[in-house]
Amino acid sequence: MESLLAILIGGLFAAAVYMLLRRSIIKLIIGLILISHACNLLIFTIGGVIRGKAPLIEEGEKQITGIVADPLPQALILTAIVIGFGVIAFTIVLLEQVYKTTGINDTDDLVNSDK
Amino acid sequence: MHVFIIAPVLFPLLMGLLTLASWRRKKTQEIVNLSGAFIQMLISFGILYLVLTKGIQVIQIGGWEAPFGISFVGDTLSSIMIVLSGIINFSVALYSISYMLKRKMGEDMLKGQFQFAYYPLLNIMFMGINGAFLTGDLFNMYVWFEVMLISSFVLLSLGGSKLQIEGTFKYVTINLVSSAFFLIGVGLLYSMTGTLNMAHLADVIPTIENQKMLTVVSLMFLICFGMKAAIFPLFFWLPASYHTPPISIAAVFAGMLTKVGIYSLLRVFTLMFIGNVAFTHTIILWIAGFTMVVGSLGAISQSDIRRILSFCLISQIGYMIFGLAVFTPLAIAGSVFYIMHHIIVKTNLFLVSGIIHKIKGSYNIKKLGGILNAYPFLSVLFLIPALSVAGIPPLSGFWSKLFVIKAALEQHYYLISIIALAVGLLTLFYMMKIWNEAFWKDDPEPNKKSDKMPWQNLFSRDFIFMIIPVVLLSGITVVIGIFPEPFFNIAERSAHELMNPEIYIKAVLGSTMN
Repeated sequence: MESLLAILIGGLFAAAVYMLLRRSIIKLIIGLILISHACNLLIFTIGGVIRGKAPLIEEGEKQITGIVADPLPQALILTAIVIGFGVIAFTIVLLEQVYKTTGINDTDDLVNSDK
Repeated sequence: MHVFIIAPVLFPLLMGLLTLASWRRKKTQEIVNLSGAFIQMLISFGILYLVLTKGIQVIQIGGWEAPFGISFVGDTLSSIMIVLSGIINFSVALYSISYMLKRKMGEDMLKGQFQFAYYPLLNIMFMGINGAFLTGDLFNMYVWFEVMLISSFVLLSLGGSKLQIEGTFKYVTINLVSSAFFLIGVGLLYSMTGTLNMAHLADVIPTIENQKMLTVVSLMFLICFGMKAAIFPLFFWLPASYHTPPISIAAVFAGMLTKVGIYSLLRVFTLMFIGNVAFTHTIILWIAGFTMVVGSLGAISQSDIRRILSFCLISQIGYMIFGLAVFTPLAIAGSVFYIMHHIIVKTNLFLVSGIIHKIKGSYNIKKLGGILNAYPFLSVLFLIPALSVAGIPPLSGFWSKLFVIKAALEQHYYLISIIALAVGLLTLFYMMKIWNEAFWKDDPEPNKKSDKMPWQNLFSRDFIFMIIPVVLLSGITVVIGIFPEPFFNIAERSAHELMNPEIYIKAVLGSTMN
């Protein structure tokens, strides 16, 4: 399962980089979305992928018995997902503003602030 | 153990809420924000005093012991940064009162609803900045970065002019990519060590078998923090965005935001990633050299004051990481001293250029002129930070350059020291270019309307609040220049803590380890 996820994450990163390097602004944003998903999945995989066992201490026990997934990375990606969601929402609104004020949808033409 | 250490994070949040509550009441908002900024500055001095007298202050949030919960750590470096952010916050709060007044000309004053969002966002951004300085947990640092970034995104685009939106777009994109690098780095580091507490990480990292992978991860952090600090190949977003927003916002960004990146670099590359110094710090050394040269060459070719200052900022970043790269106590102390000097001076230069713009209606040095005759006092206020940046004794820039370069020479880095000295000359050259064009030469358009504006008098209500912070910051520059010793002692103390990570580790984990 981990190796499958690793391939998926690699694919997502590759797609994200490809999209980031495209000239269209909308594709650039798709690239940003993909790269944040790839990061989240990466952290998710780090915690270990184990089916059907919650990281809870059984009644009467002092510590966890058996192999469970590390719950901390899952807590981390919850935070990262929420932050990513907000930031991407802002970026999409910003994209609309870029198009409204400049009428440009090609990153190669966005050179006015570099002059 | 002192709860007071999280005050610099909680207080700006309170101020953000209060200024938000006074939405649409501009006067109230200004008074609330100014008094809040003053208290914030006092709090920050209190933190520094506490740390200097009682050593490193640690608080475990929620009472969870160190490696498990989130720790907030105030060591000397953190408290220096907190004090600087307090000073900048107060200066800009003062400056904004005059700056945000209605202007008869010019185009970048905030209009309508936008002006009410300015203070809340500024306060929330300072919460993020202070949080990043104080946190002792790597993932928590990511969260504070995002708090800081999201408010800086909105601040940068506030007003919504064409250039601003374009600059913001570049800024947002590069920062999202850099956040992705941060997350990857954090994830990989956690998978190897099983902890995110920085002190615990520093403790665990030397015991890891796969040290090569660790170097890879450290470079992830170098890329991520380097993008935020605008180091050599990753700086292109800075001159493309920092000159677009209203100048008070640009001043805070130039003063504080890139320094958050530098602070993080200093933190992780002295505390955690010191296993392979020969490799990582050599890379940083070369990056430092290129950053200095490329930044100053960029500055020479510009004619917009804000863009000259943006490129100048990049070249100064080079000096700061130069000290980190040399990696001796004196060099680190030099870096910290440089940060102290630089935040004050760079913010000051941006604030002065805002005054020039308000008087003359332009940032382009070709269109400016005759300021020395008309406003000799303002000219002196510009000359102090300008000469300081260039490193003219006895101003603060001279000492900061001296310490860094002396440390480099002691370690026999001759080539890069020569580069650093040459870049100092270039800095003097483009600062004098601004001086000659904007202040010295005659006004190219002497009878322009702007000269007859009522704000001829710098001490009128339109200007006085812009002048006070500039005088304050120039005063600090002169004081650091004439009495560098107490400041250098503090910097040396922070360097001592940074070069001996066990002090930091013991302070944070002390109670849980035997």
